[in-house]
Amino acid sequence: MSKTNITRRGLLKTSAVAGAGLALPTIFTSGASAYTNEPGAGSVTLGFNVPQTGPYADEGADELRAYELAVEHLNGGGDGGMIPTFSSKTLDGTGILGRKVEFVTGDTQTKSDAARASAKSMIEKDGAIMITGGSSSGVAIAVQGLCQEAGVIFMAGLTHSNDTTGKDRKANGFRHFFNGYMSGAALAPVLANRYGTDRKAYHLTADYTWGWTQQESIANSTEAMGWETVNNVLTPLASTDFSSYIAPVLNSGADVLVLNHYGGNMVNSLTNAVQFGLRDKEVNGKNFEIVVPLYSRLMARGAGENVKGILGSTNWHWSLQDEGSKAFVKSFGTKYGFPPSQAAHTVYCQTLLYADACNRAGTFNPCGVGEALAGYEFSGLGNGDVLYRADDHQCFKDVLVVQGKENPTSEFDVLEVVEVTPRAQVEYPPNHPMFGGDEASLGTCNAG
Amino acid sequence: MFGLSKTDTRFLLIVICLTLATPILLQPFPEGSGLAQFNAGYPDLMQRFAIFGIFAIGFNILFGLTGYLSFGHAAFLGVGSYSVVWMYKLLDYNVLWGLPLAIVVSGVFALLIGIVSLRRTGIYFSILTLAFAQMMFVISYSDLLGRFVGTSITNGETGLQVYTSDPQVLLGATEPNVPHLFGIVMRENFWQPNIGGWEFTFNNGYYFCAVIAILAFYLSLRIFRSPFGMMLRAIKTNQTRLNYTGLNTRPYTMAAFVISGMYAGLAGGLLAAMDPLAGAERMQWTASGEVVLMTILGGAGTLMGPVLGAGFIKYFENIFSKINDNVLHGWFAWMPDGLEDFIVTILHPFVGKGWHLTLGILFMLVVIFLPGGLVEGGSRIMHFIKRDRKAKGRDPEHHPEHIAYVAEKEEF
Repeated sequence: MSKTNITRRGLLKTSAVAGAGLALPTIFTSGASAYTNEPGAGSVTLGFNVPQTGPYADEGADELRAYELAVEHLNGGGDGGMIPTFSSKTLDGTGILGRKVEFVTGDTQTKSDAARASAKSMIEKDGAIMITGGSSSGVAIAVQGLCQEAGVIFMAGLTHSNDTTGKDRKANGFRHFFNGYMSGAALAPVLANRYGTDRKAYHLTADYTWGWTQQESIANSTEAMGWETVNNVLTPLASTDFSSYIAPVLNSGADVLVLNHYGGNMVNSLTNAVQFGLRDKEVNGKNFEIVVPLYSRLMARGAGENVKGILGSTNWHWSLQDEGSKAFVKSFGTKYGFPPSQAAHTVYCQTLLYADACNRAGTFNPCGVGEALAGYEFSGLGNGDVLYRADDHQCFKDVLVVQGKENPTSEFDVLEVVEVTPRAQVEYPPNHPMFGGDEASLGTCNAG
Repeated sequence: MFGLSKTDTRFLLIVICLTLATPILLQPFPEGSGLAQFNAGYPDLMQRFAIFGIFAIGFNILFGLTGYLSFGHAAFLGVGSYSVVWMYKLLDYNVLWGLPLAIVVSGVFALLIGIVSLRRTGIYFSILTLAFAQMMFVISYSDLLGRFVGTSITNGETGLQVYTSDPQVLLGATEPNVPHLFGIVMRENFWQPNIGGWEFTFNNGYYFCAVIAILAFYLSLRIFRSPFGMMLRAIKTNQTRLNYTGLNTRPYTMAAFVISGMYAGLAGGLLAAMDPLAGAERMQWTASGEVVLMTILGGAGTLMGPVLGAGFIKYFENIFSKINDNVLHGWFAWMPDGLEDFIVTILHPFVGKGWHLTLGILFMLVVIFLPGGLVEGGSRIMHFIKRDRKAKGRDPEHHPEHIAYVAEKEEF
């Protein structure tokens, strides 16, 4: 074994060389193109980042179908879906700015870390100019932050937390989906109509960002009508059995149970609540009621019989009869054989909106696209007249209050629209305390 | 050189060369060709190779040398990340403040967890570490600590991020507001040549991680060859016998546990140094299981194995998971329609979201046929080539081969 001892002089020399080596890279730093991933003349790549595994895989699969449909339509294939009904007429089936639309997909696994890794690989390896997707608010916020740093546009998918366009809003991020506050504002009047203004509510809330902000929103809007919030119990996201959380509800004197749960959580907690016979009980001389503020068709299907008559809100439903919705349902149904979910609808709209914004801006530069989207008013995408507000990049549109159908005709026909709450009723100032107050700011747009 | 034997020096130099040439080695296919899908030379993945390499090297010091199987190492990864992001929030975006803190804090956590867990061995030790890691995961996922003190400590499921409203007391006017080392921005590339269709990306962050990974590797090499390393191996071989000879093994296992915890903390800190977000998911038990898989897949107890295993798993996670049906159809477009659809249907479950399945099958094959991991595969091939080269029948009397004494044996 031959060993060499390190001398002081040798060490100094080595560290000097190493230091010079470390400093060297700064000489080369240069910006080659005007913005991150400037596309070539032939094609442009979009990154679809959805959960393909994990608790929201169903939503993710439906989103991916809608993305593929949108790309097909943008490239002039199929029947064009909502392109003909869309109020802006810049989309003509020749892709975006004359470039063919291509896409790459990634799996977020519904984990912030995995989602960021997958988004990064799309940006760094595949040259994606825009990232879209996500079926969970935590993931959406994490990816939105990444896109802001990397200098690409993020078009949020299914994310309902107030924070996405509240305290975590970013100049490069845009959300078409509605949020917890809007759910509360839309639901409260309907709840007051149906169940009266003298009610005691008990909240079960999924213990993460989305759950917290939705609970806060619902409690606020129902309290404004005179309801009392008896208790709010946080349940771990990984719970599958909620019996131990349901049992204390009856002894609390509450006569309404609000389930701030989503996906598999909601299916399980609702099933537990119905099995405990809550809905047949009478408390304080009133019928016991259950409310699920954020509904989706996929969830309603999972919960089966138990959703009948239960109120909630959604962003969009396939039974809507306006031209845009009809065109979208027809085109989606022709391709896949069943109607689209609200997740599919929102991501389809986001893709079209992005493409249209690029066309109107005449560039893929995120700052130009951002300007074209901010403050943009459009219609014909299934939600009536919609505004992409410039202050927080949140879409403002009508919100649907729905309930589980008593006599479903098929496995897809499980929800019915009770009321379409007009846009004016769900609007709020950009510096609303639930949305980060005055401190929240978009920052400046980053083009990389 | 560097206090190493000749073979080890050569080995270290090879590792250094491979690490520095990674951006070239991982881009074997020209851009635009059908096989470019398999290129892995983009910054994020290269950084992950280096970082998870460090994580696995550290884990191997505990598991490979002492045989103590920790199922909670991801907890230290998370602790490291949170420390670095907190330094971003309080001081500024220079990674230099956070990384030493990450090592120290994860060392302290390892000490505390070690005091309790190391009282037991075998499966009980594994379960104890798993329990601690899950506790820490739940605490950070729901930000219980933050709720207790009335402010946000881990920011729950969303993950800890830097906001413009954070103090950042050292932040200068011209300082970049992304992670950097004295102005060298981690996410930037210092050279992006395109040579005859081959695109190479030389990224600041990757080389930062690579230098640290080489240092970490060197340290682990020294530990493997030191009397301390020999002691750890003795614990793995027969701890009861050591106890009977009057040796107290606890300080040795404790030291190994703390050192590997610090390695994990460093890896976690580097994750946050490349990407300024600390999510609770990286503390989940699946992440702890992943490092066990990496080590076993590559070869537990060998120096190079864990690094190979880490690269293997990260490659699958990032490259195979992105092959979707569209890509498959692109590859087999030259086939007749019916055959093309058939092949795509067959391959569909193994790529894209099915990458776990492919990895699982490969893991089973490796464990069954190469119990020593990928390193054993490599050495078998080497052995095969060498034996081929040697003239057979030089030893008609079949003398037993010389086997090195355990202390002289040098494993890679």
